[in-house]
Amino acid sequence: MDAPLLEARGIHKRFGHAHVLRGVDFAVHAGEICALVGDNGAGKSTLVKILSGADAPSAGTISVEGRPVVFASPAEAQRHGIATVYQDLALAPDLSPADNIFLGNELMRRGLAGRLGFLDRAEMRRRATEQFARLGVRLRSNKAPVSSLSGGQRQSVAISRAAMWADKVIFMDEPTAALGVVQTARVIELIRQVKQAGISVVLISHNMPQVIEVADRIVVLRLGENVAEFHAGDVDVDRLIAAMTAGTPTARSPS
Amino acid sequence: MSTTTEPDREDDAETRRERLTRLFGGGWIFLLLIFLIALFAALRPMQFGSAYNLSQLTINAAILLVLSIGQTFVIVTAGIDLAIGAVLVFASVLSAKTMLWLAGAAGTTFGTTDASWLVIGIGSLVAVAAGMAWGAVSGWLVAVARIPALIVTLGTFGMALGLAQIITGGVDVRAMPERLVAHVGAGSIAGVPTLVVIAVVVTAGAAVVLHLTRFGTRVFAIGSNAEAARRAGINVRAYMIAIYMISGALAGVGAVMSNARFSTTTIGGHGMDNLTTISAVVLGGTSLFGGVGSIAGTVIGVFIPIILLNGFVILGIPPFWQTVAMGAVLIVAVWVDQLKRRAQERG
Ligand SMILES: Nc1ncnc2c1ncn2[C@@H]1O[C@H](COP(=O)(O)OP(=O)(O)O)[C@@H](O)[C@H]1O
Ligand SMILES: [Mg+2]
Repeated sequence: MDAPLLEARGIHKRFGHAHVLRGVDFAVHAGEICALVGDNGAGKSTLVKILSGADAPSAGTISVEGRPVVFASPAEAQRHGIATVYQDLALAPDLSPADNIFLGNELMRRGLAGRLGFLDRAEMRRRATEQFARLGVRLRSNKAPVSSLSGGQRQSVAISRAAMWADKVIFMDEPTAALGVVQTARVIELIRQVKQAGISVVLISHNMPQVIEVADRIVVLRLGENVAEFHAGDVDVDRLIAAMTAGTPTARSPS
Repeated sequence: MSTTTEPDREDDAETRRERLTRLFGGGWIFLLLIFLIALFAALRPMQFGSAYNLSQLTINAAILLVLSIGQTFVIVTAGIDLAIGAVLVFASVLSAKTMLWLAGAAGTTFGTTDASWLVIGIGSLVAVAAGMAWGAVSGWLVAVARIPALIVTLGTFGMALGLAQIITGGVDVRAMPERLVAHVGAGSIAGVPTLVVIAVVVTAGAAVVLHLTRFGTRVFAIGSNAEAARRAGINVRAYMIAIYMISGALAGVGAVMSNARFSTTTIGGHGMDNLTTISAVVLGGTSLFGGVGSIAGTVIGVFIPIILLNGFVILGIPPFWQTVAMGAVLIVAVWVDQLKRRAQERG
């Protein structure tokens, strides 16, 4: 079998005296939706930050397609095809969806105009529209500022943006926490579309039925350690909750 | 987990409220300008519409416009530049002193010197460089030391004005190069006053930079959500410093224009420039919250108070009423901006 797209072994994280991650193993395989669940404070967000370059581990190794890597910044993780959709929506609300998708990666005009700093807005808009179509995102308006879109549409823009610049793994830390029922369903549909487009998704969510429905594999963390791993077909909500609240550490893989 | 229920509006078209606020937020100030021009032109066509009056109007607007362009860049990033007028004074004093010294004229000379274009060129560069230097100081303090822009530029306002007074002993430099005064201050190019030509060039250049380039888009992004810009890999600090340097540089350009026009430095004449430019920028639809704005709007915002004053003078209304009217218009402008924001964030 191929090496996982992204693999972390023996990840430790200490904040001063707090030992938040205690030797976590985690892998993301090609073409899957992997859910990461656990009680509040289990260390999910900390793990995601480490795996997406926003924070450095105190100990442990990370590899991409079998090759060891060190992410010094989110930009570096992005160069390896890994991006995060932040919980608090890192979009510029006054800019259009297209400008947001290309923020920091703007398309320039060809030739002299480009070197003088002129944007190719038409091309940016065209490619953004293409990206939205690919992922089945329907926006009320392509030109209106992001702030005028609904919460679900904003989240869709953020996910489309991540999928534009990451071709391997996208982390989503509670992407539906602030959304209503209908909008949540649309975001879940979008997550499936991202998988269809060949990008693996790591989903953090507290909504257990949702997790079981959408994920291929579920990894459970408790108090900074791996306590269980399930295939989505083999588990129900009760067993998940039991693992989250009372699970004991699983045998560590040899490293 | 909390599931807040909010109405699903994914497929709604633009709501009527949004359309109204867009209209009022974006266009009403332009309509006001047209209305004022039409009103005064109808009431006093001979005086208001005369070529002389119109050219005076644009000359009066020229310096303020250049300063307001710089202020627009700053406010779009959700900053504010209170130092603009003081930096202008500092730059004009340093520039005038430099030109006097290079021309070998005594510091007490009145009237004009016969300094060459080379001397004028050096003097102008000194003015722009001095403005940029103050902008770099403000920008660094805002972006790196993370002191609120209001406080920083209030501080650089005092420092720049104080230093200008120390350099001159509080007495205006009253000798300017003859060529500067004749050709830039009072001259014209193809029938258009040189000061107006300068303002038009600056405005057009700024509009292109702000609305068509990557730099401009990132300026909007920083004002809209600096954290998002940072996460997108944009060097927000460098951009912020550059923005205040642009504002400073334009204050330097304004200094050259002011020296040329009045044939003297004007140490006491720019205490209100910061508030005048801020109100022009805000009138023009640029949001004090950052992320939204336009150069075209600022042009309109600069002309409204000038035309109002001009019209009142022509109609014989005491000009003090202009101050009252402008205060009211400014408050309405900010109110409309806030209504617009609230309507959008409800989305
Ligand atoms: N920067 C930090 N400094 C100190 N403690 C932290 C920091 N970030 C997270 N923690 C702690 O680490 C633990 C795990 O947090 P987190 O990863 O956010 O958990 P989760 O996302 O699973 O709820 C918590 O006890 C939290 O208080
Ligand atoms: Mg968390």
